[in-house]
Amino acid sequence: MVLFHSISGALRAEKLLKAEGVPLKMIPVPRHLSSDCGICIRFERADELKVEGILGRSKLEIQGIHQI
Amino acid sequence: MIYLDNAATSWPKPEAVYQAMDGFMCQVGASPGRSGHRLSIEAGRVVYETRESLARLFNIDDPLRIIFTSNATEALNVAINGVLRPGDHAITSSMEHNSVMRPLRALQERGVELTVVSCSKEGFLDPGGIEKAIKPNTRLIVLNHASNVVGTLLPVIEVGAIARRHGVLFCIDAAQSAGAYPLDVSFMKVDLLAFTGHKSLYGPQGTGGLYIRQGVEDVVEPLMRGGTGSRSDSEHQPDFLPDKYESGTPNTVGLAGLGAGVQFVLSRGVNALREKEEKLMYLLIEGLGAIPGVTLYGSGDAREQVAVLSFNIAGIASSEVAMRLEEEYDILCRPGLQCAPIAHKTLGTFPGGTVRVSPGYFTTEYEVDIVLRAIRNIASMGKGIGL
Ligand SMILES: Cc1ncc(COP(=O)(O)O)c(C=O)c1O
Repeated sequence: MVLFHSISGALRAEKLLKAEGVPLKMIPVPRHLSSDCGICIRFERADELKVEGILGRSKLEIQGIHQI
Repeated sequence: MIYLDNAATSWPKPEAVYQAMDGFMCQVGASPGRSGHRLSIEAGRVVYETRESLARLFNIDDPLRIIFTSNATEALNVAINGVLRPGDHAITSSMEHNSVMRPLRALQERGVELTVVSCSKEGFLDPGGIEKAIKPNTRLIVLNHASNVVGTLLPVIEVGAIARRHGVLFCIDAAQSAGAYPLDVSFMKVDLLAFTGHKSLYGPQGTGGLYIRQGVEDVVEPLMRGGTGSRSDSEHQPDFLPDKYESGTPNTVGLAGLGAGVQFVLSRGVNALREKEEKLMYLLIEGLGAIPGVTLYGSGDAREQVAVLSFNIAGIASSEVAMRLEEEYDILCRPGLQCAPIAHKTLGTFPGGTVRVSPGYFTTEYEVDIVLRAIRNIASMGKGIGL
């Protein structure tokens, strides 16, 4: 699960990841993980490296990737 | 009816703009970025899609560098008031709209130095004049891209290069050019670009924005602070884009319409839209230029301007010409000073102003022909109530 500073950032990431065919879901941030914005993106553990690569290349700042 | 006031607001809009707004109101309606439920996320997507379309249009790598405002005026106020502090020096031209001039004049009263570089009476600017005005404390150059009075294009590429070379921030007012003329922020070396949504981007009124180059936000104070949906645990404004400058619930329905308008521009292509308007302008300039008693202002060359044309008829006030065009021919245009007194002083048409006609994408050559005949009739009837 990846957390963002802003909803605009989360929505940009959603489009970038979808364009690369990463299965994902936008969900409200679970309570035990604090986040700057109310939503985050959940994806499969197996896609973690791919997700990091795509977001890294886009220079989109993220708040962190967490395991749930 | 013939609508020739597209420089104020383009109308009608492409059908898709009405549909997008209706669709948003009926099917989404929620507040973007405030909650995690699906309607809120969908509203956020609508806003994001509009950001992304604009980024494509202006060749901006990261759509989050665009912040939304309610119009170009607000965007220019963010840029001008956000950057300048007492003791700073700013440079602008003598072709500006009051949305640039008034914030600058107000700052001048509070200790900001201002140099207004004169343009020629056709509305052209010599970039060398800008360079000569640069001083050690120059912080910002603000320039109109295309005049709302005569459509003349200012040399933003040359001035952008000068500004970058001297380490001065460069802001352009693209209210009249965005969507109507090619704009590429990286090629143009602009730091701040203000646009409005309701003119050549075909969106509704109440939409606009500002592009802020990477890193420049560090020296641009926000105009307003408030709720952003992010960092809700903090009582301080976030420092990242777009949230730093986007407080409060946005005009999401307007942005839905703007997104459809920008899609329209992208699908037709700016060059194709421009070609069409250039043709109409060519007909208008040639036609009006041939009418005895009509004085044209500006470049006189359709290739050097956007689709805005100013003229006067000898012996008849601009307001009377406009009134007769409406009452006798059902042609809607805009007389007077068009919120740009300094531009009229440059053109030599202050305080009487001019009659401004501005065709748009939906104007036809047939309509231009009717307009030319109407103006020929009014001019041949001669003096009205006088200036
Ligand atoms: C050159 C120019 N700058 C700024 C503006 C202000 O735009 P808005 O009224 O959308 O704030 C306009 C139009 O009104 C304009 O023509």
